[in-house]
Amino acid sequence: MSVTYIDAIHQAMAELLAEDEKVFLYGEDIAGKFGGAFKATKGLAEQFPGRVLNAPIAEDAIMGLAIGAALSGMKPIVEMQFADFGTLAQNQLGNNAAAHYYRTGIPVNVTLRMPCGGTPGGGPYHSQSVEALFAHYPGVHVLCPATVADAYYMLKQAVQIPDPVVFMEHKFLYRWLKADTWVDADPLPIGRARIARPGRHATVVAFSAMVPEALKAADELAANSGYSLEVVDLRSVKPLDTDTILASVARTGRLLVVSEDFPWGGVAAEVIARVASQGFHLLDAPPLRVTSKDTPIPYHPNLWKAHRPHSNHIVEAARYLISL
Amino acid sequence: MEMARAFETKLSALYKAGKIFGGVFIGRGHEAIAACEGVYLQKGHDVYTPFIREQAGRCAWGDSVLDSAQCYLGSARGIMRGREGNVHWGKPHEGTVATISHLGAAVSVAAGMLMARRMQGKTNFAGVICIGDGTTSVGSTHEACNLIAVEKLPAVIVVTNNQFAYSTPNSQEFACRSLMDRGVGYGMATHECDGTDFLQTLQVMGRAIAAARAGEGPQWVVANTLRMCGHGEHDDAAYIPQELKKQYADRDPLAVARRQVQEQGWLTAEDIATIQAECAEEVQQAMAQAQKEPAPNPATEDWSATSWKPTRY
Repeated sequence: MSVTYIDAIHQAMAELLAEDEKVFLYGEDIAGKFGGAFKATKGLAEQFPGRVLNAPIAEDAIMGLAIGAALSGMKPIVEMQFADFGTLAQNQLGNNAAAHYYRTGIPVNVTLRMPCGGTPGGGPYHSQSVEALFAHYPGVHVLCPATVADAYYMLKQAVQIPDPVVFMEHKFLYRWLKADTWVDADPLPIGRARIARPGRHATVVAFSAMVPEALKAADELAANSGYSLEVVDLRSVKPLDTDTILASVARTGRLLVVSEDFPWGGVAAEVIARVASQGFHLLDAPPLRVTSKDTPIPYHPNLWKAHRPHSNHIVEAARYLISL
Repeated sequence: MEMARAFETKLSALYKAGKIFGGVFIGRGHEAIAACEGVYLQKGHDVYTPFIREQAGRCAWGDSVLDSAQCYLGSARGIMRGREGNVHWGKPHEGTVATISHLGAAVSVAAGMLMARRMQGKTNFAGVICIGDGTTSVGSTHEACNLIAVEKLPAVIVVTNNQFAYSTPNSQEFACRSLMDRGVGYGMATHECDGTDFLQTLQVMGRAIAAARAGEGPQWVVANTLRMCGHGEHDDAAYIPQELKKQYADRDPLAVARRQVQEQGWLTAEDIATIQAECAEEVQQAMAQAQKEPAPNPATEDWSATSWKPTRY
């Protein structure tokens, strides 16, 4: 049997709905037979009548409604049709939901699912990785699963966390990433990064769809040069597991951070800032990052492939880093 | 209404004496509208979304002026513990929203509170959502009102048209003939009242809230008045034409209400005097208590923005 990343997300939601009557799903086009733009909720409306609800095209109000429902004892899971449109809900998520616990002592148990990241032909407004925009606000947790099992367990854990959780699910991984099962005998808790591949010569920190790219780069480099890269999958960008990153850098002495997001003020910058300030003495070379380019995301696949970090870019950067 | 006026008069004095950290926003001219919303709602059952000029509504809903005093004065013992100020407080478990400064953001939050009640199988509940002429221009408001109408939620949107959004007159805020048209556009039942006329406002709010409660869908109420003060106490409202101020000189909602309740035989002048004395006493005690209470301490503050934290290894 083979299951995909989106199967794992579907399964997690089906179980959450079955296990907890407070859970409901809310978003655009998610109900009925349609089941969402990516079919993540397909069949759930029939299986759970009255608990998978379509919303008008109103991202701000969708998020606001979820906040109000959560404050009244429900556990809404909101599907944003594309993470790019999440900026329209950012005020409600960042200023309202995320600030609520500090202001009032009452956390807002909302989970915001955001189909993010680039796919060929996606263009500027169906491709973005907005995790840094959301992680910027105090009071929110931002998860970026990179494996089938993480997609399943982290979504289930997200709903158990009483605070607002932004669940960044990568559209490229939806049907491309497969595994035998989503079951993991010993799933990691949220807040722990994972050593996706141990290595000796440099640490590559990645998350979301950049984890498979980093693993591919590590394979290529090992095959062609004998250098071994240690790949750290962040899993959550907030909380950020600085301890695991520093421990890895302590072993390798070199750091390369890979992010599909734009370079300015992103997660890669945050990781490098933390390692530089807390682990400067561990570094044998300047920390590097590979990000997408500082332009809007282009439409044509030729341009898009050059804009987005690819395993080739990671290999090239890792070779340079190791040469320093 | 008497309690709100007594509280806000004292609050204004404290502001002018430099005792309040941020701004002070009072509801002079809004008291009848706010009180007539709150009086029909049941704390712990219904939903209420007061904003900056609804102190009278909070009193009618059943919240103590002590909460407001603690919030304004930043008391560590208040429900917002000095982390939030002025009007940005609420008790969601009782049905009020702790609104944020972004106008219109609370409309959908209130919708969610109503939606949850429906999903939980509760019945006979309603919610009053307070907005103003300025807030009708905000995108969040439009999204939420449309959603409320689509979901047929038992909401009463009260649009208090006090003619000025800070300094901006209606003519620069909207171009439709009347804000009543907005309600028609959403597909809501519409109502209008003179918000300086206590009895009329009481009747209109009563009808609208009863209709929402009875399952007739969302109701849109435009309550007209004039903001008889500045946007905040820092603002002298010099932009409000003298002519307009004169038109409202004898329409202070509290003075009108005092006259009307006596005409109706509901209260005597002595009853009103007694109520005023009680309100003055309660306000005095609340302000004294809030001023005596400790301020928040940065050294002992829990500087944590999330209730959940990852396990450290």
